[in-house]
Amino acid sequence: MGVSIEVRGLTKSFGSQKIWNDVTLTLPAGEISVMLGPSGTGKSVFLKTLVGLLKPDEGQIIIEGQDLVTLKEGDLYEVRKLFGVLFQDGALFGSMNLYDNVAFPLREHTRKSESDIRNIVLEKMDLVGLSGAEDKLPGEISGGMRKRAGLARALVLDPEILLIDEPDSGLDPVRTSYINQLFIDLNAQIDATFLIVTHDINSTRTVPDNIGLLYHKHLAMFGPREMLLSSEEPVVRQFLNAQTVGPIGMSEEKDADELAAESGKELPPLPPIPLQLGTSDGTPRRAEKPAGEWCRANGIVPPPGSFLSGNAGVPGVPQNVEAGRAALS
Amino acid sequence: MNLLTSPIKQAGALFALALDVLRALPKRPFQTKEFIQQCWFIASVTIVPTALVSIPFGAVIALQLGTLTRQLGAQSFTGAASVLAVVREASPIVTALLIAGAGGSAICADLGSRKIREEIDAMEVLGISPIQRLVVPRVLAAMLVSLLLNGLVSVVGVAGGYFFNVVIQGGTPGAYLASFTALAQLADLWTSEIKAVLFGMVAAIVASYKGLTAGGGPKGVGDAVNQAVVITFMLLFVINFVVSAIYFQVVPQKV
Ligand SMILES: Nc1ncnc2c1ncn2[C@@H]1O[C@H](COP(=O)(O)OP(=O)(O)OP(=O)(O)O)[C@@H](O)[C@H]1O
Ligand SMILES: [Mg+2]
Repeated sequence: MGVSIEVRGLTKSFGSQKIWNDVTLTLPAGEISVMLGPSGTGKSVFLKTLVGLLKPDEGQIIIEGQDLVTLKEGDLYEVRKLFGVLFQDGALFGSMNLYDNVAFPLREHTRKSESDIRNIVLEKMDLVGLSGAEDKLPGEISGGMRKRAGLARALVLDPEILLIDEPDSGLDPVRTSYINQLFIDLNAQIDATFLIVTHDINSTRTVPDNIGLLYHKHLAMFGPREMLLSSEEPVVRQFLNAQTVGPIGMSEEKDADELAAESGKELPPLPPIPLQLGTSDGTPRRAEKPAGEWCRANGIVPPPGSFLSGNAGVPGVPQNVEAGRAALS
Repeated sequence: MNLLTSPIKQAGALFALALDVLRALPKRPFQTKEFIQQCWFIASVTIVPTALVSIPFGAVIALQLGTLTRQLGAQSFTGAASVLAVVREASPIVTALLIAGAGGSAICADLGSRKIREEIDAMEVLGISPIQRLVVPRVLAAMLVSLLLNGLVSVVGVAGGYFFNVVIQGGTPGAYLASFTALAQLADLWTSEIKAVLFGMVAAIVASYKGLTAGGGPKGVGDAVNQAVVITFMLLFVINFVVSAIYFQVVPQKV
């Protein structure tokens, strides 16, 4: 069963450059959360702060009753054993081949025999679609392959918390769909808490249980998927629907003139909320909630056409019209 | 303000790393494989340049001293003076130059590129201390190689001096060799080796510090290497002076 992470009043700056201010959220145990935000808003910094690689200026990160920020080095190394982390560029050890990279955590932290290790490594390599590439060095493979190898390494110790930085950058659309399916299936299998940083709107709309948006040095919103997808809040709305109309400009924020010029423009209606991606064998995940539950509970009328299919407005995601109808009736 | 505090902060962080290395030293399992690899690596990048630098260095000292002793009328002490000069100062300085310039820069570039590829972060997340895993073996390897290099430089330097004085300048071999022990003593060799070990340690710690704090992409690594070499040179020359000063205070000199 996954572990929840409670973040309170987290603030981080590098020198005089403030990255984000007063971020407060709880990543619910065993659920998949996605963190969004324009480039450079400190999403990667947020992930690194959550594992204690960077010290925040203020705030607390509570995991299993311990505050990660004030932990001593020795205890920090213990808590980190709960984590599997995929860094933005894979962060493979350049001097080892892929097999040794994936086997590394097992050799360091378990007393498994080489043949057990071999089984686990080959299984995880197969899971991320890298069978046959075991002998390659990280320098010899593509960025997308490095990313998948990094994911395999993050998975070998069956982590309670998985932090994943842009799994889909550098992956083709087909692989992205496979990776998304993999996250859902993994979550069903190991019940870990997932936090995924992504720029991919399709993935954001269909994969997570919760969505957060970092924008303009603070956390604009964090909550259940349906809450953000039905939100009228301009920033959230603009980002989740990838539009140019809204407060976000090419460089962070639009100035007053640009906003004034837009004021007359009609916002396109909110697109329908797609169904959440299910597990590949159809068994529900523990964290899975019925489609439309949050909207009903909070008296929100979802945009017309919501929960009818898994790809409402988004290509490349398997359709599931029957399940949608069933959920509505 | 920043101009004033940032060097102090850096010095503090460097010292903190040195303490961390000291604390990680007794931690098991000791990284024997990494240590041997690093010894081999540092030796392989330093041995040839060291030998090539120390031959002309020995020769130039012999040239200077040969002339000087003749001017002072103390030709019989040429050998003694050149041994002293080589063992006490020249050889630790040559060792310092190479261990910082070749060994330190290689360590810094290696760790720096791992840092910007996030390998160091990944290692920490996997619950492994990069200090114990990467820095300690490098510091120990640099110390050992430095010790051996210093021996090598001393031998090559003295041999170079002998060759130059006896074969080129036509000095008497017997007098040159006989005067070896006239001024020099065993403590000179010890001091020289102590200096070398200190140099190796400082060079590796500075290089590791700069490498582990590298940032800002490949250019950041280049900058880090550059700074590491400059800082190490400055530190090594200061240490060299301090150790020499202590030596003259503590060890009675032959007269
Ligand atoms: N170690 C560091 N030292 C100083 N500044 C840093 C450091 N790491 C990140 N930054 C700065 O923090 C800001 C946020 O960086 P971060 O990598 O977290 O962005 P991001 O949201 O992940 O962007 P992207 O979507 O492009 O990956 C950037 O302006 C960056 O320059
Ligand atoms: Mg990033």
